[in-house]
Amino acid sequence: MDAVKVREDFPILQQKVNGHPLVYLDSAATSQKPQSVIETLERYYKEYNSNVHRGVHTLGTKATDAYEGAREKVKNFINAKSTKEIIFTRGTTTSLNMVAASYGLDNVKEGDEIVISYMEHHSNLIPWQQVAKRTGATLKYFPLQKDGTLLLEDVHNTITEKTKIVAITHVSNVLGTINPIKEITKIAHEKGAVVVVDGAQSAPHLKVNIQELDCDFFAFSGHKMCGPTGIGVLYGKEHLLEKMEPVEFGGEMIDFVDLYDSTWKELPWKFEGGTPIIAGAVGLGAAIDYLEEIGLDEIKEHEHRLAEYALQRMSEIDGITIYGPKDASMRAGVITFNIDGVHPHDVATVLDTEGIAVRAGHHCAQPLMKWLNVTATARASFYLYNTEEDIDRLVEGIVKAKEFFKDVL
Amino acid sequence: MSYEQLDALYRAVIMDHYKSPRNKGVLDDSNVTIDMNNPTCGDRIRLTMKEKDGKIEDVKFEGEGCSISMASASMMTQLIKGKDVDTALKLAEIFSLMIQGKDYHITDLDLGDIEALQGVSKFPARIKCATLAWKAMERGLTEGRKESGH
Repeated sequence: MDAVKVREDFPILQQKVNGHPLVYLDSAATSQKPQSVIETLERYYKEYNSNVHRGVHTLGTKATDAYEGAREKVKNFINAKSTKEIIFTRGTTTSLNMVAASYGLDNVKEGDEIVISYMEHHSNLIPWQQVAKRTGATLKYFPLQKDGTLLLEDVHNTITEKTKIVAITHVSNVLGTINPIKEITKIAHEKGAVVVVDGAQSAPHLKVNIQELDCDFFAFSGHKMCGPTGIGVLYGKEHLLEKMEPVEFGGEMIDFVDLYDSTWKELPWKFEGGTPIIAGAVGLGAAIDYLEEIGLDEIKEHEHRLAEYALQRMSEIDGITIYGPKDASMRAGVITFNIDGVHPHDVATVLDTEGIAVRAGHHCAQPLMKWLNVTATARASFYLYNTEEDIDRLVEGIVKAKEFFKDVL
Repeated sequence: MSYEQLDALYRAVIMDHYKSPRNKGVLDDSNVTIDMNNPTCGDRIRLTMKEKDGKIEDVKFEGEGCSISMASASMMTQLIKGKDVDTALKLAEIFSLMIQGKDYHITDLDLGDIEALQGVSKFPARIKCATLAWKAMERGLTEGRKESGH
């Protein structure tokens, strides 16, 4: 794939910021949107906006077809068995909270264990803290290697017969580590635990084959994969979803309502109370079309090359600390770093004056920051529209920041 | 943007406060202690004050954060030390106006070094860095006062 050409599909990247052509290196926070997604949203609102699953009228049918068509696209995108396993949500956070509030609270008891990792984003950490607190279960953490990777031996030793849930991120949003989900799932299943995967940083960047991973739940967000904000997905194995209670009650999700009792629609709709996120789902469908046209393997390969190049160029800078695996093959296009003596906010401000957007802060992973023994870091994250030139500009910007602070400090 | 704008943000006096913070530490005999953090970025501050008869007799801060947040804390403590509570709260109000780029010449109080932070108003993403210590001071003095029955 040709990133320079891909770039042309993204109107937002054609602008200057603070007098410089924009270098957007914050896709792990949210990705930019291609013209095709923007046009799909516009067309939806201009031509067939209507509520789904109820209208007899033509627009209602069109909107329903588009909404359910998007579900079919998501199903194929992650290779799920059935659209019954694809629930539209507001995003990864909502998806993970749904699993915790429904499956978690109903299946975890006092004395059970929930196992997570230090790498978890707050959205795959706090829901499990809450389940543990409310049920009296124990929350356990996989040990983390110095380079920010997990050892399968540790995974094996941490999960026990008491473990009911293993919740783990597919790709760390800070370290870029790609976790061996398939292997972790195998170990967890042998001990009878279900596996919940945070796919927010993986689904946009690499081909997810859910049947091969074999995990029980998988959550991801549309906005990190060229889609609109406010739409996400919860994948769950049909036999588990079937037994789970809905988290939200109301319109759209009911079968029959009586004065004192009600029954639910079949899967996946019993989990989609209220008017669903129609435009968001249709936009996500367009994003999937766009990504698949380029090819997820191509995108992964491109980002891998960028990460390799960035690791090499950035490690040439004196006084820089790069966190996470040194081996580029073990990580995704996320590079988190600090510069000796300069706070990451100050680095990010200098980079911003050069038109370079990076993230500075704790990246919603405070326990991981504690583990790294830092309060904050700077993070550059790549996507299909980034080029080697972007990385050259980043390196120049970091050097400039270093020099600027050397002069003023 | 250019070096000039960066220079306007990172004035020499700011970097001096960052490098050699005034009133750094924790007071042993404080009667007001406030911990505050900026949850979006991880900056945190602990402010300890010794307040007697409406006067801030001593103040110290410690914390972790960027140059702007730590320099602002240092300047703030330097400015309010020895002042009465009402004046300190007035200064917090003036600082808030200044940092938002509004007209802050509402009194003839001496503003010390804090005017060096004016440039922050041009960097909206950094305003919260500059105001952390001031918010802690305001909360400490208003809540602390309520508790002691003023």
